[in-house]
Amino acid sequence: MSLIHITNLTIGYENRILTENLSFDVNAGDFISIIGENGAGKSTFVKTLLGLYSPRKGKITFGDGLKKKQVGYLPQQTVVQRDFPATVWEIVLSGCQGQKGLRPFYNSVEKGIAQFNMKRMNITEFTKRSYRNLSGGQQQRVLLARALCASDRLLILDEPVSGLDPKASEDMYNTIRSLNKEGVTIIMISHDISAALKYATHILHMRKDALFLPVKEYLQSEIGRLYTESI
Amino acid sequence: MAFDKLFMYLEYPFVRYAIIVGMLIALCSSLLGVTLVLKRFSFIGDGLSHVAFGAMAVASVMKLTNHMVLVLPVTIACAIIILRMGQSTKIRGDAMIAMVSVGALAIGYLIMNVFSTSSNLSGDVCTTLFGSTSILTLTMNEVLLSAGLSVGVVAVFIIFYNKIFAVTFDESFSRAVGTNASGYNLLIAVVIAVIIVLAMNLVGSLLISALVVFPALSAMRLFNSFKGVTIFAAIISVVCALVGILFSIVAGTPVGSTIVITDIAAFVICFIIGIVGRRG
Repeated sequence: MSLIHITNLTIGYENRILTENLSFDVNAGDFISIIGENGAGKSTFVKTLLGLYSPRKGKITFGDGLKKKQVGYLPQQTVVQRDFPATVWEIVLSGCQGQKGLRPFYNSVEKGIAQFNMKRMNITEFTKRSYRNLSGGQQQRVLLARALCASDRLLILDEPVSGLDPKASEDMYNTIRSLNKEGVTIIMISHDISAALKYATHILHMRKDALFLPVKEYLQSEIGRLYTESI
Repeated sequence: MAFDKLFMYLEYPFVRYAIIVGMLIALCSSLLGVTLVLKRFSFIGDGLSHVAFGAMAVASVMKLTNHMVLVLPVTIACAIIILRMGQSTKIRGDAMIAMVSVGALAIGYLIMNVFSTSSNLSGDVCTTLFGSTSILTLTMNEVLLSAGLSVGVVAVFIIFYNKIFAVTFDESFSRAVGTNASGYNLLIAVVIAVIIVLAMNLVGSLLISALVVFPALSAMRLFNSFKGVTIFAAIISVVCALVGILFSIVAGTPVGSTIVITDIAAFVICFIIGIVGRRG
């Protein structure tokens, strides 16, 4: 069974419909890049998937033993976070807040998960450092480690390289790719078309009648050719 | 000489009550200050304190023996309204706070002015706004109530500490993994309302924000972890309250503003240490 099963999904806000009758399956191991114009509904779709917004119509079902809130999410950075006084450890550990539930403190299992994911993201040396003193690339690795604490089956990334320099962007993409090779399913919003095509297995092109295709077929489709010509 | 005067005062139980309650209030207000400052909610405290002033005016006119019976629920209700309405797009959060706070201030003063039978109206208004000797005239019941509420606030804070941190740092992530972020925002707002009503006795409604904001800002100059900032803010706040109250007793200055000035001094010291420490 597929990880996520999306049927006849319609999303939008107030009286504006962003996309209609979207149906596709996300299978374990997929790397899906979401592309499209600004305001086409990329973020809205992702937030609907996360359960932050409810769909206008249609259904999203989680299968294959994946629970609805068992998703690792990497949101875009907010202004609040830029000078937030918190250590890397405190932030990564907060990725386990879903498992913790109403229990006041984190237990040793959760601390173990946090340590494991810090090693995985190569940020163990920053454990006690303050988040606000790290570089942009390092900060993204911290947030990625936090996302992995919530789930190492499915990661949803909202423009993971925005604001990073070219070197840090490439490092970030390589990290994401190696996670995907380890079996983590990736859904990523990207403004960077060439990277989206390079790393993904599937493309979701957001617009009124959204398109979901494997990368090769997307490149041969009419809209794919039009859209990728510019690069 | 000054010490003799201090020890003489400390003989009186009401002075000791004042000191205990003052320190408890300072502890509570500093705990949530960190979250408020980081969430850019500093002005909610300010807005709510004006609401509390309005409610206090109504309570005095109604000649309630225990003002808290009215002031506490009204302030909590307004905290919830500000938070809920602030999230809707129709009226922006900051505009909402401005409306509620200025409105409450105007209504409160009008009611006091029209209905008050007191011979010293401006004195009453001044006391409610800036605090004064009221902390020194606390009854045993008020001390117990303040102590109980303070213990409650500290307990809530410790139990939900990790969730409060998570929601403060990243609300969208928290929602995505199933944390009830709106619920925690509501909890924060209610606790702030309780703290403000408590702190009104100490520093008066216009100066409460200082008690909430300064210790957090001071601690943020020096510490890099959320835990460190929270703990140090609590310590600074309690020490400043103690120093402020003792100084005001000896020098005969108003309690509220003396505490706030002590907090400002602590902030300046932390600010300088922060700059020097980063260079060194």
